[in-house]
Amino acid sequence: MSFELPKLNYSLDALEPFMSKQTLEFHYGKHHQAYVNNLNGLIPGTEFENATLEEIVMKSSGGIFNNGAQVWNHTFFFNQFSKDGCSEPRDVLKEAIEKAFGSVEAFKEQFTKAAITLFGSGWAWLVVNQQGELEIVQTSNAANPMRDGKKPLLTCDVWEHAYYLDKQNLRPKYVEDFWKIVDWKIIAERYQ
Amino acid sequence: MSFELPTLNYSYDALEPMIDARTMEIHHTKHHAAYTSNLNAAIAGSADEKKTIEQILSAETLAPAVRNNGGGYYNHNLYWELLAPGGSTEPEGDLKKAIVNDFGSVDAFKEAFTKAAITRFGSGWAWLVKNDGKLLVGSTPNQDNPLMKVSDIKGTPILGIDVWEHAYYLNYQNRRPDYVEAFWKLINWDVVSRLFHG
Repeated sequence: MSFELPKLNYSLDALEPFMSKQTLEFHYGKHHQAYVNNLNGLIPGTEFENATLEEIVMKSSGGIFNNGAQVWNHTFFFNQFSKDGCSEPRDVLKEAIEKAFGSVEAFKEQFTKAAITLFGSGWAWLVVNQQGELEIVQTSNAANPMRDGKKPLLTCDVWEHAYYLDKQNLRPKYVEDFWKIVDWKIIAERYQ
Repeated sequence: MSFELPTLNYSYDALEPMIDARTMEIHHTKHHAAYTSNLNAAIAGSADEKKTIEQILSAETLAPAVRNNGGGYYNHNLYWELLAPGGSTEPEGDLKKAIVNDFGSVDAFKEAFTKAAITRFGSGWAWLVKNDGKLLVGSTPNQDNPLMKVSDIKGTPILGIDVWEHAYYLNYQNRRPDYVEAFWKLINWDVVSRLFHG
């Protein structure tokens, strides 16, 4: 089976000024596309030739994992934004966040810290762990928390390509702007 | 002793168009400066304050902050020193003989090093190291370094390329191979040779 670059639910300039059109042109148009192309080039003739993307993320290793997981991670990342997203968590998601972190503000602080302190390339995640509780985790490079039995709800890409054109070395500024484009309605749907 | 950010002996625009001035300035004054100050903070009050950076990195175990920032400090020091305004010469003399002996030819070495630089997934460095008289090519993740016990490739670095995206993204964006190609036009082989003989 051959994978395709998923369409975005918004235009490339929709997230301006928080995430620039130029950044999305490269991040979605080049990086995400390259992971798709690389994956399609790697799987023919392997046990993953007819696998779903989730199966590849859960079971593969090496280049197939790196590219497959990066396809999954970027799709998950780009799908959580919108131009006029609901700016704050509500209802059961809000309650779960308050239960796990004390308050929405405390959660944002901890998630921001996880995103800022991940050394090198990787991702910060809000996940539901195997006990059904919310948890913040960091992963390096392409790694994905599903491999540890955790269900992702929200993710922040902290590879430098995610922010370097807009913010250069200022990753904290990127994470600050990240909060302004997260659509919490989508995160709530993932939680339910 | 505390470590200091070295001054470059060329201007930020000296490597244009292969490496642009804006990249150089941010790379030096922001990234390298941050590794330097974070390293100093990490070793403050410890025995590491009396050691050289090479001694620190060669320790049996490294605290994460020392590993990341000590590596970042050392690696960038080397990188700036290896780059030559006015362009690259070619390896000569004993160094050239060793390269030909260990890789077959200078071109075969360049191919192996380029491959190591391009295929390092995520952030990291590709290296040419000298280990017990033999030259080896390899790569390390993040700011790890061949002097470190955790490194898969071990030895004394004599050539290194930074393949963190911050090293090339403003100029080359996703095209890491173009950056690596440009890097070959900037190598100060006199420095590589000195490190080889060192």
